[in-house]
Amino acid sequence: MQTNYQSHPVALALRGVSKRFDRPAVDALDLTVYGGEFYALVGPNGAGKTTTLRMVVGLLRPDAGSICIDGIDALSDPVAAKQITAWLSDEPMIYDKLTPYEYLEFVAGLWRIEPATAEARARDLIGWLGLEPHAHERCEGFSKGMRQKVALAGALVHDPKLIILDEPLTGLDAGTARQVKNVLRERVRAGGTVIMTTHILEVAERMADRIGIIAGGRLIAEGTLDELRRQTGETATSLEDTFLTLVAEQVAAA
Amino acid sequence: MSQPASLTWLASHEFRLGWRDWVSLMTAGGRTRARNAAIGLVIFAAFMHMFAYWTVATYANAGLASDTAALVGITGTLFLSWSLLLSQAMESVTRIFYSRSDLDLILTSPASARKVFAVRMGRIASASVAIAILLAAPFVNVLAVLGGSHWLAAYGVVAAMGAVATAAALALTISLFRIIGAKRTRLIAQIVAAVIGAAFVIGLQIAAIFSAGSLSRFAALQSNWMLRHAPDTGSAFWWPARAVLGDYVALAAVIAAGVAILGASIALFSRRFGEHAVAAAGVSSATVRQRRWSMRFRSRSAARALRHKEWILLRRDPWLVSQTLMQILYLLPPALLLWITFGKGNDAIVVLVPVVVMAAGQLAGGLAWLSISGEDAPDLVATAPIDAHRVLWAKIEAVIGMIALIFAPIVAMMVYDDMFGAAMCALGILAAAGASTLIQLCFRVQARRSQFRRRQTSSRIATFAEAFSSIAWAATSALAAAQTWTALGAAIVALGLLAGIWMISPSRTGAH
Repeated sequence: MQTNYQSHPVALALRGVSKRFDRPAVDALDLTVYGGEFYALVGPNGAGKTTTLRMVVGLLRPDAGSICIDGIDALSDPVAAKQITAWLSDEPMIYDKLTPYEYLEFVAGLWRIEPATAEARARDLIGWLGLEPHAHERCEGFSKGMRQKVALAGALVHDPKLIILDEPLTGLDAGTARQVKNVLRERVRAGGTVIMTTHILEVAERMADRIGIIAGGRLIAEGTLDELRRQTGETATSLEDTFLTLVAEQVAAA
Repeated sequence: MSQPASLTWLASHEFRLGWRDWVSLMTAGGRTRARNAAIGLVIFAAFMHMFAYWTVATYANAGLASDTAALVGITGTLFLSWSLLLSQAMESVTRIFYSRSDLDLILTSPASARKVFAVRMGRIASASVAIAILLAAPFVNVLAVLGGSHWLAAYGVVAAMGAVATAAALALTISLFRIIGAKRTRLIAQIVAAVIGAAFVIGLQIAAIFSAGSLSRFAALQSNWMLRHAPDTGSAFWWPARAVLGDYVALAAVIAAGVAILGASIALFSRRFGEHAVAAAGVSSATVRQRRWSMRFRSRSAARALRHKEWILLRRDPWLVSQTLMQILYLLPPALLLWITFGKGNDAIVVLVPVVVMAAGQLAGGLAWLSISGEDAPDLVATAPIDAHRVLWAKIEAVIGMIALIFAPIVAMMVYDDMFGAAMCALGILAAAGASTLIQLCFRVQARRSQFRRRQTSSRIATFAEAFSSIAWAATSALAAAQTWTALGAAIVALGLLAGIWMISPSRTGAH
């Protein structure tokens, strides 16, 4: 049974958001993601996915447009917006000389989480992600998968309403990818909102409630998998076929 | 054209990589800076030739009939230069051991790994020889122009010294590998290299100060004790010195010995070099278990969490600590000289103040770079619900806190001698540390902490500004401690310098 997310409160609203570097990276983008939704943003390389998400989390300032997170204007009150948002990039940036436990304590301090609450969450996350044997080892010897798990635990330790992930499964082995996906599903079940970019279309197909396809800095299609299929006129195709058809149409139109 | 995977083919590949590394170091990666770098090098070369004229012109007429004193002076200078070359070569060997870079490609290719590593060792030797020749060139050129072409033989001696320094660095580093293992060798080798580079210079200067009250290294080398205990002038010990003076038989022997020692070490170590490089590459997967100081999360404000993080990261990186504190070590000889020259009266504290303030400024510059530019998780900090200015303040507080912790005992000792002088010293420390931090803020870039070694080449303006600012605050504090109104003038110069830096800084102009 499909959930009608449009009856849910809006978790993220982008209106006319633009960003230009040498050429337009994001071009008057409108995007709405609802609370409790798992939203996948897919698109070819250089489509503007990462730039869009970096603007949402406050790492880049848009040239034009507005960004609203859970009713908070993220451009005029970034601190309040950041309080309920988490960001995880494809390259896990953690401190080599800290242990996962110390890293989570640091993140909890940055988000001003009450120590007892943060500690309980940290223990849960360390357990869920299978980091227990390494919780008191410095991160400097960790593999990419372990570093990504530590970074993910850091993103979740402050219990964000909106979790934004940029290619979180890149370079992870099957077991680690499964653990990450399980944790994200759990967050959505608990009422959190997840927005994720991915090049692995099977992941978007299986996990996302809605999928947005972005190309040339614009949202060219959006909806559930069935809705996207209807747009191409094919009903039994995979997301990969649908994606390639829609992107090809966009390129031809451009 | 050479055969692929042959020695000459591999050597040309290594030469190309080495050349591009050097160009990137000189131009800080910017193509447009190449012309400025070339102009800078020409000016530097001219300055070095003037400096060489000032220091060695009087020795130009020395010949083969030189006495023990001349031979001791030349040999001491050669040994001093060699210790610096050894330090540089150890740095290079350690860096190549631990940079994984193309290791996988090399070891999975059908090319002989032994041949590849032999060529790589040759590259280290070539770099050492090139550095040695470049540094020696102004002195040799001046001597050759003023004293005759026989001085050009010194180039051969310098090249042989570079070869022997590389051989010694290889032997030392590989011995460390065998004795203490891959994991500890990295840190120990880097510290040993830094200490070798610094200790001989500092030791000679301190000896010179006690024997003659001068900073000159030659004073110690010309002492009666040294001349009494030196070998006879006919001894083979003086061959390198005699070769420098134009004894071509000695020159041939020195070059032959250098080439033979380097060749033997390459032949001996090239197989082990590969084995150790593989072991070193595996070090990254080693784990360090941290003692559980506390099982409970502590209540901290965001700013306090940031400060705590900075302190803990610095404390856990002994190499960074050693590199940073090494700057203070170099200030010991001038401090001693100042103390001996002027400090015998009641005004001893006045001569100590500028040295301490200068050290604080330099140390703060390094710490500020680590804290402000060397942030390993920039996205995390930037997406945290804390104002960007608060983040910067927390980092500045972390730097000033560390400086206060290091220098508080020194100031406390000064209080016993002169309360006013100690107060001026404390103010000077704060001003110099604050100014260096501000300069790092003006020139901040996004970098990883591991790039600390290259921070000085990434912004030379910031490096010079930091040095001049520290000197200006040192002068201000010394004059203030001496209770003269000219301190105000020095303070105005220091502030003016800071204002000038701020005016041209990329942070203000928006340039990158």
